[in-house]
Amino acid sequence: MSRERTRILIVDDEEIVRESLSAWLEKDGYTLATAQDGETALERIRKERWSILLVDLKMPGIDGLQVLEEARKIQPEAVAVIMTAYATVDSAVAAMKIGAYDYLVKPFDPEELSLMIQKIVTQQALVRENVLLRKVLKREYHFRDLISKSPTMQAVFDLARTAARSHSTILILGESGTGKELLARAVHAESPRSQGPFVAVSCAALTETLLESELFGHEKGAFTGAAARRKGKFEMAHGGTLFLDEIGDVTSKLQLDLLRVLEDRKFFRVGGSEAVTVDVRIIAATNRDLQKAVADGSFREDLFYRLNVIPIHLPPLRDRLEDMPLLVEHFLEQLGAEMNRQIDGVSTDAMGILMAHTWPGNVRELRNVLERAIVVAPGRVIETSDLGLRRPPCADIGDNGSLASLDDVEKHHICRVLQDAGGNISQAARTLGIDRATLYNKMKKYQLRKDGEPEPEQEPS
Amino acid sequence: MDVYLWWIGAAAADHELLGMVRRRTEQAFGLPVRAWLSHERPADSYDARRQQHSSTRILKWLLDARPKEAAKIVGLTDVDLFIPILTFVYGEAQLGGTAAVVSTARLASDTGFRPDHALLTARVVKESVHELGHTFGLIHCPRPTCVMARSVNLVQVDAKEPVLCHDCHIRFGELRKQGQEHHE
Repeated sequence: MSRERTRILIVDDEEIVRESLSAWLEKDGYTLATAQDGETALERIRKERWSILLVDLKMPGIDGLQVLEEARKIQPEAVAVIMTAYATVDSAVAAMKIGAYDYLVKPFDPEELSLMIQKIVTQQALVRENVLLRKVLKREYHFRDLISKSPTMQAVFDLARTAARSHSTILILGESGTGKELLARAVHAESPRSQGPFVAVSCAALTETLLESELFGHEKGAFTGAAARRKGKFEMAHGGTLFLDEIGDVTSKLQLDLLRVLEDRKFFRVGGSEAVTVDVRIIAATNRDLQKAVADGSFREDLFYRLNVIPIHLPPLRDRLEDMPLLVEHFLEQLGAEMNRQIDGVSTDAMGILMAHTWPGNVRELRNVLERAIVVAPGRVIETSDLGLRRPPCADIGDNGSLASLDDVEKHHICRVLQDAGGNISQAARTLGIDRATLYNKMKKYQLRKDGEPEPEQEPS
Repeated sequence: MDVYLWWIGAAAADHELLGMVRRRTEQAFGLPVRAWLSHERPADSYDARRQQHSSTRILKWLLDARPKEAAKIVGLTDVDLFIPILTFVYGEAQLGGTAAVVSTARLASDTGFRPDHALLTARVVKESVHELGHTFGLIHCPRPTCVMARSVNLVQVDAKEPVLCHDCHIRFGELRKQGQEHHE
């Protein structure tokens, strides 16, 4: 940080002290200001940002400790140093308790003052650098509003960035809450169509007739209640992107209609006889296994291939638990700002529970859990009790007089290690000295994982 | 631009030291420097409670008592100096002003032995150039070897060269130019 950016407020009721300290420090190039009493100081602290507060302990009216206490609330990042000619252990302890950085006894040794100021400036520069680095790091893990540092998601981001540059249809596959719409929005924002509209339709939310009208629009009098011509989502998305969410849930008639649009880029409004041509990029998404749907005949094969030009799989949260701290930090910051609550983080124990949870609702569920936690948390740190999630129990063994079997001991031990690792399979496998696949097999054997939990990927050799 | 050096110490003037300070300040700033000899001394700078002299009062006195043609004046003294908030100072100057003062009292060896005259002279030269630099508007330099580096102990004083570093030299030129334009 440049010296000019270091702003020092000197608070002392003695003019000679204010003047001499200012004269001494201004030669270092700092930006300086003075206040002759606590009230004036607090007024300036409320109005302007300060790097360092040099505050006299004894002043008429509001004393130095009161200034310090109030300043901590208004500008906690400002470093405060108490100055006094009447040093006592009690006042020193009181100042430190309130959060003073240091305590200087008047008159001070020039070296003491110089070192202290330099130390504060260096520390503040480091904090600033840290914040900057974290921001840079965060940006590195960002693809628009999606955040992840997991290699699988980084590959998704890379593919999505490349796909964004084309006009090809994209099919996003992934469980509920994995961020399919966010990814679609990100692709749109990174695409040459970003200046055009992004229109989203949830295909599962409407009946066939309503969805048809919603997508293609209708002519006046097309059906009862169609009092005027209405544009559909395809027309609204002209020049931009149409996001068809839950595409796996559309009826076979609509599947055919959609196939025609994708083939011809033309459609008819409901009740209309004039073909409408649009320039729309389609991004579809589903949480269903479309290939299976094709196999059982519930989804048209030709439509599937039309949609599946660039398939992107979004992994569930349980497969990218390394993102948990990053996501938690992001949501606490975002929700905290929305809810006007300052939350510093989650306790280690609470993080363990978050890591151990199976997250059927994925990132959306995590966000909801944290929103609830922020509401109920009494302090600035989220504790286990604030989460409303239960720690998966490890059954007790042995202590009933009979000797436990080797399998029971192994099951209990694996359960404990998994808990200690906060549900992190790789970490637990390392602790146990086995590979991830073996651990998964043992978890399956001892029913330590839920049904439907996927097989692990092969460990890279 | 008339720069004056004035011995205002309690003991007799050390002409050898004064001569060296004059030559080195001339070299550092490229300006003629004159030695001013007068028997006048600051009268009210002594603080009996602290048993030290107030550098701020000396600066005020120098401003009043300086020769009229002196655009800058550096008082050299052998008395121990203080500013109210600090236990001592090697010197003080008005930033971008006219007067500066430097004391030899704490620049002598801090081992208790008789000070080495050459070493003391070198230190007084550096602190005189430093304080005079402040009167031209120069602030402290982050380079420890530059004469404008802050020095609050003798190790830091000894680490400095008696000249402005490249950056401070350029800054000095800019400040001089600004000052001349301001005068015009």
